[in-house]
Amino acid sequence: MGVELLNNEVAMADIDEPCFSDSETAAYVIEALEGVSKVPSVIAPADRDQYDNLLCILDPTKEMHFQDEALLVVALRTLTQAVHKINPVFHGELLNNIFDMNVWKYGPDTVSTLLELIACLAAVADKFLDTCLHMLVNNFEPHRRLKSSNHQRSLARKEEVHSQLHTVMHYISELVPLAPMKLKYIIDLKMPKCTDSKEVIIVFVDCMLGLENDEIGEFLGGALLAKVVDLLTDLDVNISWEDILQEDTNKGIFDMELEDVEENADGLIGRKSVEEYGVLNGNAFADKLDGLMVAVCKHLTIWASNGRLEAVFANLKEAFRRSVLNAYKSKFAQFVMFYACSLDPDTCGQEFAFMLRDIFLSRTETPISRMSAVGYLASYLSRAKFISTSLAVDILKSLVDWCFEYCQCHNDPEKIINPKANRIFYAGCQAVMYTLCFHMRSIVDDPQLKSKLLGMPLQPILHHALSPLKVCLPSIVHEFLRQVKAANLCKKSVSLFSENLLESDFSKAFGGVERLDMFFPFDPYLLKESDSFIRPNFKFWSSVKTTYSNCNSEDEEDYEDLDVPDFAEIGCFSENHKIETDSDEEDDDDDDNNNDNDLELSMNKMSITPKHSFNPHLMGKQQFPARMPARIRPSVSPP
Amino acid sequence: MEGLTVADANLTVYIHPSNAKKVKDALLRQLSSLLFKYDENFDGVILAYEIKFESKDAKILPGLHPLFGVKLKANLLLFQPKVNELLEGKVVKLGKECIHVIILGFSSATIMSEDIREEFKFRIKHGVEVFASSAHKRHVIKTGSFIRFLVKSLDVDILHVNGSLIPSNTGCIHWLSRYGTEDISKIDRSLKRPRPIEEQDPEAIVDLSLNSNHHRKSHKRTVSLSQMG
Repeated sequence: MGVELLNNEVAMADIDEPCFSDSETAAYVIEALEGVSKVPSVIAPADRDQYDNLLCILDPTKEMHFQDEALLVVALRTLTQAVHKINPVFHGELLNNIFDMNVWKYGPDTVSTLLELIACLAAVADKFLDTCLHMLVNNFEPHRRLKSSNHQRSLARKEEVHSQLHTVMHYISELVPLAPMKLKYIIDLKMPKCTDSKEVIIVFVDCMLGLENDEIGEFLGGALLAKVVDLLTDLDVNISWEDILQEDTNKGIFDMELEDVEENADGLIGRKSVEEYGVLNGNAFADKLDGLMVAVCKHLTIWASNGRLEAVFANLKEAFRRSVLNAYKSKFAQFVMFYACSLDPDTCGQEFAFMLRDIFLSRTETPISRMSAVGYLASYLSRAKFISTSLAVDILKSLVDWCFEYCQCHNDPEKIINPKANRIFYAGCQAVMYTLCFHMRSIVDDPQLKSKLLGMPLQPILHHALSPLKVCLPSIVHEFLRQVKAANLCKKSVSLFSENLLESDFSKAFGGVERLDMFFPFDPYLLKESDSFIRPNFKFWSSVKTTYSNCNSEDEEDYEDLDVPDFAEIGCFSENHKIETDSDEEDDDDDDNNNDNDLELSMNKMSITPKHSFNPHLMGKQQFPARMPARIRPSVSPP
Repeated sequence: MEGLTVADANLTVYIHPSNAKKVKDALLRQLSSLLFKYDENFDGVILAYEIKFESKDAKILPGLHPLFGVKLKANLLLFQPKVNELLEGKVVKLGKECIHVIILGFSSATIMSEDIREEFKFRIKHGVEVFASSAHKRHVIKTGSFIRFLVKSLDVDILHVNGSLIPSNTGCIHWLSRYGTEDISKIDRSLKRPRPIEEQDPEAIVDLSLNSNHHRKSHKRTVSLSQMG
């Protein structure tokens, strides 16, 4: 009330009439409104002046000084009391002025009075609800209307203004329970596009996701979140693979990533490495996506802390399934799921894995969906630190069982290998092998899990006439066999062929034009700002213990000793490497040829990580066929 | 309360072949999407439905999308407010200028001060804002009370009702049921708030079913809903 008195005083001073009570000002405003509620021709000039005076006070374009603003507060407050006198037919100008106001421009008191008026207008039956909601949604972000000088100031008040907007929307939805339905439609209309500026997108989405905390969010059942995921996907598909792989064409072929091993070894890495590469630098879409990811991840953290994550996650899953899963080679948007899962690995983390598994096993899904689902599954199980090996084994079991069943149904030895016809099967096999590359060591170390693994009908599948070993990506097959061999899991020896090829004609064929054979969605994350959300839970290939990396010793320190020098010094690395290149020289040649003339091939690499932290020209001189992840490269003599 | 009717409908729901395995789920999903939204076919809002299958057969539509139509009989509870009908709702906010009411928990109504009869005066009693009748001391409307009011106009799109308390048979239900004129008390003496059909006393159900018989012809219509998987 104190503020009110103060404002009244100012108003009085301005009007030059010493004692105006609240009711008198109200009467004045009502009089002004009633004076013009007639056919224009019969409006008295005095009434018109009075009304124009009111319009002038409420002019949204005016620069506001303290006095003006105080007057505005009084006018708004009295209008709130006179809402029933406002008629859209006669007071169109007044309404336009009110609805054009920008809450970011005024002080907190003015804003709350203005929003009170809006709430009152919205509750009037059958008249203003639409326009009121439009006004509120317009005010989600200041940038489209404010001059740039005001940006910083308004951004500092973001939280405050957003919470005021949320309060008033909550209030409106209490008075008009079906208002959120309209709100959804309006947000749909006003939702920023991927071409809007970064600030607009982020502030708007921030405010929008804040609604999710409310009953409005519950009412809309994840519709808001779905829109945000759509936007993420939109931004994502606008980043082309060329932007990511610009410098990789003359480097080797990778299917797993080679992240900056030397730094990673002592855990310093972090964002520095990503920045150093300059990948995606200056890419506007990547920048926007980065900022948006930060906003979304922050909200996820809030939901996790107030116990709403589970409800939100159900919606998020739906949104993922609808827009991200089938987006052509989505690069970063899927990491929203990754982060959400990492916040609650026990329920959300598992649910996500089960959902992907079910999509793959389902007969009614389209082949493309099933293949991407299994690609996601393999990448997720491999990359998420929070996924327990036992969960991975359980899911692998269901995949292997499915593959085995498939083999039995296709037991025609005369049939030649037809990758395209059996592509789902190959995708499944490849997913199993890929996941095992990451988990083999921890499975082998645990007797119980090892017996589970040995219980799986892997051998009959691998030796089946469909010969998945020939069709799946040779580099994965190679790595897989290597680990199997080191762990002594396979009794029958398996011949290696074309081990240095990233891909074969077969793998190309089963991946189809979409190249789903090379789809590993959770490859290392490249966006700088949001990287801090993802990195702590992300498993890099360099930190994966393979079965052969220390087969002679169980001791952790020995393992470190064995590894670290290799990556700390380039010389040492390449020497080590040479031993190996000698052994498969022929393939390396193939490999190089492949590199030189197949640009498209590199672009299709599923690993989106930049390749080297080493000096590139050094690498060039060495003719280093870098086809496998660095950690595996340094050769340890075969057992 | 007026505006609520039970209708029998013959519906044909078109199901996308991708849902062929779970026809019932798809049907329910399709029907649920109609809930709480104004639909021209029904001239109102479906509040609840109950479905019975007529036969196990469905007709396949020729064309680009081979949807198939499942015929069913549905028993629908409809909310069809009309101008000049009496509705009931709970007061959620009350101010000098207007009374905000929520009907059946989802539809909102506003009664502006000019639509409140002279008899009611706005007062602040013990810090609570009320509209108190000057004619009857006990006739008081405050936040939380259930009132009966007349529909002046309505926005069917969002079921936003503009109400009026001008007629004498409107006001606080609690008071009306005790002291109201005779014909009002006849309608539902005990009714304090709108309740779902099932909970109402047997008399009311008989009354409603009669009502529905009466309405049956007008609501028997085939409505086509197509669902694109």
